Amino acid sequence: MTSIDATAAPTTSETLARTREQVRRRDALKRTGLLTPALLIIIVFGIFPLFIVLFYSFLEAGAYGGVEWKFSTEAYVTFLFNRDLFDPSILNFNPSYLQIFARSFIVAGVATFVCLLVGFPAAYFMATRPPKTRNLWLFLVTLPFWTNLLVRSFAMMLIIRDQGLINGFLMWTGIIQQPIVMLYTPFAVALGLLYAFLPFMVLPLYASLEKIDFRLVEAGFDLYATRSQVLRRIIIPLSKPGIIAGCILVFIPGLGAYITPALLGGGRDLMIGNLIAQQFGGSRNWPFGSAMALILMAVVLVFLMIYASVTGRQKVGHG
Amino acid sequence: MADVTAPAPFVATRRQRRMLDLTHQPGFRGVAYFCLFMLYAPIVVLVIYSFNANRSVTIWTGFSIDWFLKVAANEQIRRAAITSIQIAVVATIGATIAATAAALATTRTSPYRGMGAAYVIINLPLMVPEIVTAVATLSFFAMGRTLLGIDLGLANLMLAHMVFCIPFAFLPIRARLEDMDKTLEQAAADLYASPWHSFRRVTLPLLTPGIIAGAMLAFITSIDDVTITTLVAGPGQTTLPIYIFGQIRRGITPETNAASTIMLAVSVLLVSLFFFLAQRRKK
Repeated sequence: MTSIDATAAPTTSETLARTREQVRRRDALKRTGLLTPALLIIIVFGIFPLFIVLFYSFLEAGAYGGVEWKFSTEAYVTFLFNRDLFDPSILNFNPSYLQIFARSFIVAGVATFVCLLVGFPAAYFMATRPPKTRNLWLFLVTLPFWTNLLVRSFAMMLIIRDQGLINGFLMWTGIIQQPIVMLYTPFAVALGLLYAFLPFMVLPLYASLEKIDFRLVEAGFDLYATRSQVLRRIIIPLSKPGIIAGCILVFIPGLGAYITPALLGGGRDLMIGNLIAQQFGGSRNWPFGSAMALILMAVVLVFLMIYASVTGRQKVGHG
Repeated sequence: MADVTAPAPFVATRRQRRMLDLTHQPGFRGVAYFCLFMLYAPIVVLVIYSFNANRSVTIWTGFSIDWFLKVAANEQIRRAAITSIQIAVVATIGATIAATAAALATTRTSPYRGMGAAYVIINLPLMVPEIVTAVATLSFFAMGRTLLGIDLGLANLMLAHMVFCIPFAFLPIRARLEDMDKTLEQAAADLYASPWHSFRRVTLPLLTPGIIAGAMLAFITSIDDVTITTLVAGPGQTTLPIYIFGQIRRGITPETNAASTIMLAVSVLLVSLFFFLAQRRKK
């Protein structure tokens, strides 16, 4: 809009400069006005609360939830140590919270890996379909992503319960006499995450596979490559940004998942997300919960930075 | 070699066609179909059993819509659904207006410093883990309550939802603005339309499908949210997903299936509409 300066042609350079300045100022005013509502809502109700969490993590826990207004690093100490019952100045190393973090990493990692194993061939198959079929496949993969995560986790419960479809079928065929316990195990959580986040893996993979120049594949065949060599030496290296993006997009929400482990995981197999939620509910240690939320946030930030550097280098924008 | 009288045209068998297809990789088709099966089988099972006559969730005895009637008659579910819709409608309207304005600011003004930062801030709610957002928002409102004595009631949830609805509404609206032909707006300016007039008569009508798509994504995101709502919701602020969440943890009945099926139907309907709009836009 600013490029139309037809009326400015006969004026002197001074008034031209003044008009330009006016237009620039009006533009600045306009975009500030337009950006304000969105930024205000997100900064006040989205970003500022994160700083409250940071602040809370350095306070003392209140007896009945909430916080006491006293500075303390107790929350971070609790993460690694137990205070001795008789002499509180003695710290005993306590790995139980680290174990929960480790378990979350393993469960989310396994889910991510299996997602990649299953998602890559699927995304490749989708990307090599003719455009019309491709759109249908995209629709079918995206649809579950927009359905309720809670409902999908519940659906998974129905399948893997002791009286569920899989056990029911296996007992009906007589392969097993006793149901195989799957629900309320780390396996169930990994399966639930795999099921919940598979579209997150397939979509970025698809986006980068679709862009591959298949003349390179042709060249590979001309040079007597086999199909598996073409896959390993040409297709997989070319889709690396998609692979990294997909893995991060599955791993991050998997690491902080709350609903899926709450429904499918057992009481003893807590994940980070549930541990944090617990601190703000039943067992009530807000500073400790805040500290863990921050630790999780820090881990996620590291992965996001890797993601940004990968996608930034490839000049792949969002949306 | 010199076949002058060529026989019947060569028809490749399926095996031969596959060998000629450069892009073929053995087994990938099977995995792709397995993916679809994995994505849909549990949902289909859930829906089928919501029509089960039996009280048991896993033994099929006959078709019935009793559980849906029970859901419709359940006062708690009805109240939860109304709360859900109240929150989602307010959050959607707020988020869509804010996102539309922000999308205009990032596509319809000359480039400026800080645009990248604005973009990062708008997309930030997508990057912070949900559980962290949940406890942060909970702490924020708790602080407001204890320090300032402010309790906005249901508006707490509406504001919390607005935050994560904005990026979802922003994406399709911005995409639409970027695809749009800018010469039309310039033509309007040439014809002495004021900036407001050309926005009202040219930009806005062209942008409407994008706004509808954005509003739909925002609505789905809000109405499906569990993690943030569970933690932030005060007593009596039960949304439909929270009600279902509680029901599942207490013990499953086909009524849970029926309520879940209704939620699924709403999402599927809205997403299909969204795709339909997106397809038409391309033509």
